[in-house]
Amino acid sequence: MAKRTPLYARHAALGARLVDFGGWNMPLHYGSQIAEHHRVRRAAGLFDVSHMTIVDFADPAPTRALLRYLLANDVARLYPGKALYTCLLNEAGGVIDDLIVYDRGESGYRLVSNAATRDKDLAWIAPIAERFGAAWRERDDLAMLAAQGPEALARLEPVLGAATMAAVRALKPFHALEAGGLFVARTGYTGEDGVEIMPPATEAPELWDRILAAGVAPCGLGARDTLRLEAGMSLYGSDMDETTTPLVSGLGWTVAWEPKDRDFVGRAALERQRTVGVPQTMIGLVLEERGVLRGHQHVYVGGHETGQITSGAFSPTLNRAIALARVEAGVGERCQVDIRGKRLPARVVKPPFVRHGRSLIE
Amino acid sequence: MSSIIPAELRYTESHEWVRANDDGTITVGITDHAQHLLGDLVFVEIPEVGRAVAAAESCAVVESVKAASDVYSPLDGVIVEVNEALADNPELINEDPYGEGWIFRLKTVAALDGLLDARAYAAIAVAEDEDDDGSLANPKLVE
Repeated sequence: MAKRTPLYARHAALGARLVDFGGWNMPLHYGSQIAEHHRVRRAAGLFDVSHMTIVDFADPAPTRALLRYLLANDVARLYPGKALYTCLLNEAGGVIDDLIVYDRGESGYRLVSNAATRDKDLAWIAPIAERFGAAWRERDDLAMLAAQGPEALARLEPVLGAATMAAVRALKPFHALEAGGLFVARTGYTGEDGVEIMPPATEAPELWDRILAAGVAPCGLGARDTLRLEAGMSLYGSDMDETTTPLVSGLGWTVAWEPKDRDFVGRAALERQRTVGVPQTMIGLVLEERGVLRGHQHVYVGGHETGQITSGAFSPTLNRAIALARVEAGVGERCQVDIRGKRLPARVVKPPFVRHGRSLIE
Repeated sequence: MSSIIPAELRYTESHEWVRANDDGTITVGITDHAQHLLGDLVFVEIPEVGRAVAAAESCAVVESVKAASDVYSPLDGVIVEVNEALADNPELINEDPYGEGWIFRLKTVAALDGLLDARAYAAIAVAEDEDDDGSLANPKLVE
């Protein structure tokens, strides 16, 4: 039976279309995925992302050493209250998962990773953590809500209170604070301003109700996917997986090569790939005709197949189809995508497609 | 989820509806149940007028935010008119599946007797709702 978040009854009562997502019964939408997408770009939306995996490491010193070895990005770049996006690699440089690590100062570190990868992530991390003497525990006693959109912070004011919100407003992107039993981070997966809040699971339904009452619309995972794609953000399992390195996944920027003497899992493989030449690159595509780009469609340049779409969708903001595609390095400005046997022209662009409500591709 | 299933129409197991017109043609679209399953529609690939189609042949594609789905001809016939408005407004199928959201008109000499009536179609739709886990396991939906 699929797992349910503490907000399951709320979703059902709101008439959500509930779907299986990585073993969880989650809301796809509450009526119209496109309306929810626009709501986040233009005002504010609220997502239940309690299915995400939250793991806390309590002891800062051994955890710092562990994470510097375990993660391709370097937690030495962190300071208390700062967050870091990184890949978790295997020895071949393949991506086991992508995650965010938060530096909680004396309280240690918090990792937030995907839902569907929970078991394999923990199985991978556990023996290495033990070697470093870094104790951890899964925080399934926490829920996670993402309030996103240009009006999100203003709408949260009466819910979280003026004092907390003053501190939240002072947070720079990718920073977090803890106040009144809530962990609040200025992070998200939409390309809009907003926060991710981790309340105790027992308090999540009431917090959810109060945020909705403040004028934030409930939004499902369908809108979350089109928002993140417009924002050029990768989706684990679609845009990268254990068979692809960050370097061929548009995630080279998350690999901390310096200092050179930091040994991390997958480093040797990534260095070899860098030396022999990275064979593929991630590009953005904008379909120039009507149609919808989808994952696994083949991409051609001059009759030659150069790669595949990894994530594709109709972009509600741009009113046309967009995609991320992994293609051979050195692709030009134009290509064609095979949609049901027809090759339709597409323009190559550099993601993101949309940021803070505005098109970046015109 | 309860959907509208007009009693005067005929249906297919693949979720097309069929309206018999006075001039011997039939009008075809997808049911309210189907548009609910698909979600917001964003693109419709309509057939060409004059094309001869066989029963159960794919002759249009409706694409929603989440999936592409074939639309099958309910009977043998020739396409005599298509709903051009869907090119700019695919959401007409969500908003008015049995009216403004019609997809094509078919000239046919085949009998409608083999098609489902509203009651038989309702049984299929209800059964799907009951085991609907939201996945695209429904054979009608193809990515």
